[in-house]
Amino acid sequence: MLGLKNVKTTMIAAALVAGTVATSLPATAQESIYVPLFTYRTGPFSGSGIYIAEGMRDYLEMLNQRDGGIGGVKLALEECETGYDTKKGLECYEAVKDKKPVVINPWSTGITLPLIPRASVDKVPVLSMAYGLSAAAIGDTFPWIFNPPATYWDGASMILTYIGGKEGGMDKLKGKTIGYIYLDAGFGKEPIPLLEQMAKDYGFNLKLYPVAATEMQNQSSQWLNVRRDRPDYMVMYGWGALQPTAVKEAVKIGYPMDKFVSIWWPSEDDAAAGGPQSKGFKALNWHAVGDNFPAIADIKKFVTDKNLTQTDKSHIGKVLYNRGIYNSMLIAEGIRNAQKLTGKKVITGEDMRRGLETLNIDAARYKEMGLEGFAGPVKLTCADHNGHFATYMQEWDGSKYVKVSGDIKPNMDKVSPLLNAAAKEYTDKAGSWPRRTEACDKAS
Amino acid sequence: MLYREAGQFKTSYVADQAIFPIRQDRIGLAVILIAAFVGVPLFGSDFFISAVMVPLLVFSLAAIGLNILTGYTGLLSLGTGGFMGVGAFACYKLTTVFPDVNIIIWVLVSGFFSCGIGILFGLPSLRIKGFYLAVATLSAQFFLDWAFVRIPWLVNNNTSGAIEVPTRTLLGIPVTGPTAQPEVRYLVILSVVTLLTVIASNLVHGRIGRSWMAVRDMDLAAELMGIRLYRTKLLAFAVSSYYCGVAGALMVFFWYGSAEPAVFGIDQSFFILFMVIIGGLGSLVGSFFGAALIYGMPIILKGVVAMVGLQITPATVEHLTFMTVGALIILFLIIEPAGLARLWQIGKQKLRVWPFPY
Repeated sequence: MLGLKNVKTTMIAAALVAGTVATSLPATAQESIYVPLFTYRTGPFSGSGIYIAEGMRDYLEMLNQRDGGIGGVKLALEECETGYDTKKGLECYEAVKDKKPVVINPWSTGITLPLIPRASVDKVPVLSMAYGLSAAAIGDTFPWIFNPPATYWDGASMILTYIGGKEGGMDKLKGKTIGYIYLDAGFGKEPIPLLEQMAKDYGFNLKLYPVAATEMQNQSSQWLNVRRDRPDYMVMYGWGALQPTAVKEAVKIGYPMDKFVSIWWPSEDDAAAGGPQSKGFKALNWHAVGDNFPAIADIKKFVTDKNLTQTDKSHIGKVLYNRGIYNSMLIAEGIRNAQKLTGKKVITGEDMRRGLETLNIDAARYKEMGLEGFAGPVKLTCADHNGHFATYMQEWDGSKYVKVSGDIKPNMDKVSPLLNAAAKEYTDKAGSWPRRTEACDKAS
Repeated sequence: MLYREAGQFKTSYVADQAIFPIRQDRIGLAVILIAAFVGVPLFGSDFFISAVMVPLLVFSLAAIGLNILTGYTGLLSLGTGGFMGVGAFACYKLTTVFPDVNIIIWVLVSGFFSCGIGILFGLPSLRIKGFYLAVATLSAQFFLDWAFVRIPWLVNNNTSGAIEVPTRTLLGIPVTGPTAQPEVRYLVILSVVTLLTVIASNLVHGRIGRSWMAVRDMDLAAELMGIRLYRTKLLAFAVSSYYCGVAGALMVFFWYGSAEPAVFGIDQSFFILFMVIIGGLGSLVGSFFGAALIYGMPIILKGVVAMVGLQITPATVEHLTFMTVGALIILFLIIEPAGLARLWQIGKQKLRVWPFPY
């Protein structure tokens, strides 16, 4: 997995005395575009990670098999197992760095954070799709980081908008109690300032129920408090084992599941953990579920049916599998865009950055890709690396997620000031944060 | 044949009591130091330096810290991760409040904060021993873990709740932050680790170390011989936490570059404890061996799989590494329960009489 670099490492360890080991072996053949995939099919978060790893890899592998890569250049795919562990993620980064990766997908906020300052130095863009540092949406400050299609703050505001809509207007939130159960880490704590601000503006009570990462599977005390406080709505920001446990506990205390709303991470397994009573559980999403797309049919035809993957066929079309596809679709479109912009076939990280920055995927392009109606249009600009696109609410009907709302737009009046403040704070604390020197391309 | 001290006469007590009485050992140490200070930065690849050597040194330092407490003084502690965290957070606060002071000074100073916390949580050791003390230090781990997550002041109210390492320079060369070269970061860590190892070696071979070992072997007897237990035990906690704190600060500032509180969880404490047990309780060189085995073995195994060219998926490799490292740990403990350091000693002894053993 670590390839030649590591061979060299072992050699060096043995041959320090000789001291004749060359410092740069050719990393990969340059006729391909190197796309490392940081995945976790092991460890406590593998329940979510396997789906994503499968979706990401299968889509890119399908492009390789069906089209011979992108623009006639094969993609050299390599998975690196992080186990959602920052230590191993950094090891993966060091291992792939010298092979000229065009983009890094850390799939963990803990791994994303150390990579943010390195991205501009190593000239490798980071695509942290709807996770990581929300403030990285400000492209003028973070030219190398991309986090479409929405930030966690957008998510929180969309959930509140949805709840307001259900109650018949945001003013009806006054006097209501909204509970927030979250992973007690950077990811879960991030929306709290926004929620507190909104609680003040709309007059609802906010109750916080933090769940420590080590206590994910034991939430009885939090749910005892929920039973005592009787919040009108419960909002969840979880990942891995936190989510099925929360659903189970909510069912156990008889919490009305149609008032239990989550950010976009729960899978089918998570919702099903509560048994038939978890019907009505809701989560945000921004792409379709199911396998009724020509591109996914191609995945079956070119990849899974030919046994070119270890994907469990029953996973295809599940919400997190499709999220992996969405992630890879962004990578593929970024590469394609970069090729168009530069006229080169084999692109570098710098080209990829420009490609992602001018990303413009409209309905027509989705249709071309065989993903018509899969997700909303994505258009990024130099200033906005996130897009703050609309999402929709999906509901668990006992066997699958069904769409139950139209597009919900984030409340940018509330989110923007927070984003700008957070970006400024980040650069102030970093000491000498480099100013953006990268030129801005015209959108293609 | 080569490794034999025949002909090396000692004419003074100082020479006789030296830590490395045999000339070959001294030469070997010099070779290792030259290789580490010159060879690695010159010939090591970026991956080798940043992903192998840097973590290895950081973990070795933490293992030395825990070894002083558990190996030399016999006080079992599960709070290592927490103490490392105190060092890291203290260093972050110090360097953000006083950005003009050199970061290396702050790394060394931050250990004292961890030292203070260590003394505080070491107080129960005056009354309880063994597993009961392990439970008491476990509370330190949980409390510190809780504090890192819940006190936003510690991370200057960052929304990400993580330490974000700023760029700091030494003589105009960036030593932390994204622009710091791996070689520079490595040399800083290596210097700190070498310095602290020399100090630790002097401590454990001197009066203090002897009193620690006396307490470890039988605290009642030690007390009767005039060793003041509370001072000795608290000093062990203080020194141990200092080393762990410095290791934590080095880890975040010179390796990770940014760290969430989750990094200093209970897993980290166990990780270091395993290194100490495998490496050898009560041995400094064992701390290095332990770190190399527990941290380095998986990397080497992955490299071997890649080198052989086996077509195995990364997840399978991960599972295989888990199993192999686990099996190796059991194997080593069966061969030599006293750890790798003891194996090393036996090996040296065998070499001395080779090829005519008696």
